[in-house]
Amino acid sequence: MIGVGKIKQYSNVLDKPLSKGKQEVSLSAFAFLFSELVQYNQTQVDNIAELERRLEDAGYAVGARVLELLCHRDKGNRRETRLLGILSFVHSTVWKVLFGKVADSLEKGTEHEDEYMISEKELLVNKFISIPKDMGTFNCGAFVAGIVRGVLDSAGFPAVVTAHFVPMEGQQRPRTTILIKFAEEVLQREARLG
Amino acid sequence: MAAIYSLYIINKSGGLIFYKDYGSKGRMDTNDSLRVASLWHSMHAISQQLSPTTGCSGIELLEADTFDLHCFQSLTGTKFFVVCEPGTQHMEALLKIIYELYTDYVLKNPFYEMEMPIRCELFDINLTQAIQKDRVALSGR
Repeated sequence: MIGVGKIKQYSNVLDKPLSKGKQEVSLSAFAFLFSELVQYNQTQVDNIAELERRLEDAGYAVGARVLELLCHRDKGNRRETRLLGILSFVHSTVWKVLFGKVADSLEKGTEHEDEYMISEKELLVNKFISIPKDMGTFNCGAFVAGIVRGVLDSAGFPAVVTAHFVPMEGQQRPRTTILIKFAEEVLQREARLG
Repeated sequence: MAAIYSLYIINKSGGLIFYKDYGSKGRMDTNDSLRVASLWHSMHAISQQLSPTTGCSGIELLEADTFDLHCFQSLTGTKFFVVCEPGTQHMEALLKIIYELYTDYVLKNPFYEMEMPIRCELFDINLTQAIQKDRVALSGR
């Protein structure tokens, strides 16, 4: 008989293997959803710092879940214990899964030992967003900063993560830098591990 | 050879939400541009009523001896119209491109209030690029 594949039937939906999921999502759909997220939070807060905090918290939830999912899918349930390991995981794997490309660059801060920077020419979440002049240095990339903080926190590398615009000469739009400042204990542990 | 004089975007109630002029021929002060916008909005609405056939969607092209006016109305009633030199080609395509830029950089911007004047940096930058590209393409033909 010409091969008729028989799909294995699972009695319990929890036994089904996790699917890879759809690889692509409509950018427009995400842009509208993110725009609504920002607008909703704007109605709930009184000032810009509060708005940034809320976006970061929203991202934190995403980051924690993304770490769990990627550890299972891409890393065979191994976890990172070294600083550079987790940073390159965020810079490559997390960025690839969330934004379809690896981050533009990963740098170590020159002024402080505990600072690292992930830079992007233009964050995907900011692609269609123009910040009005009266909002100053507000950056919707706070959402992405929250995602990074969620991933790092859940992996055992507590850090303070913020998103900044860095003006570049010769370019109209400033670059975005995600600044990661690790907690004391992370550096001490890293030093102990040698 | 052929050039755009000015671009207007009006919301569904006829208020001017975006105005840009290119060159001295199209230039108008604020009050005049507001007047032109509401004038065109009314004419567009009247033409829909005047049409002898049903289902008329309004004026798409107005040809005068010193200028042409091409108009595009979206499904939501937002009108994009451009005043240009007589005989300018491919304005409909340009209006569609501008509509796409509007949906991308204005409607997806969380800081833009619907029906309000457009103050989006990205929209301005991309619009300038689109007009520039169109100008180069036109002069190349």
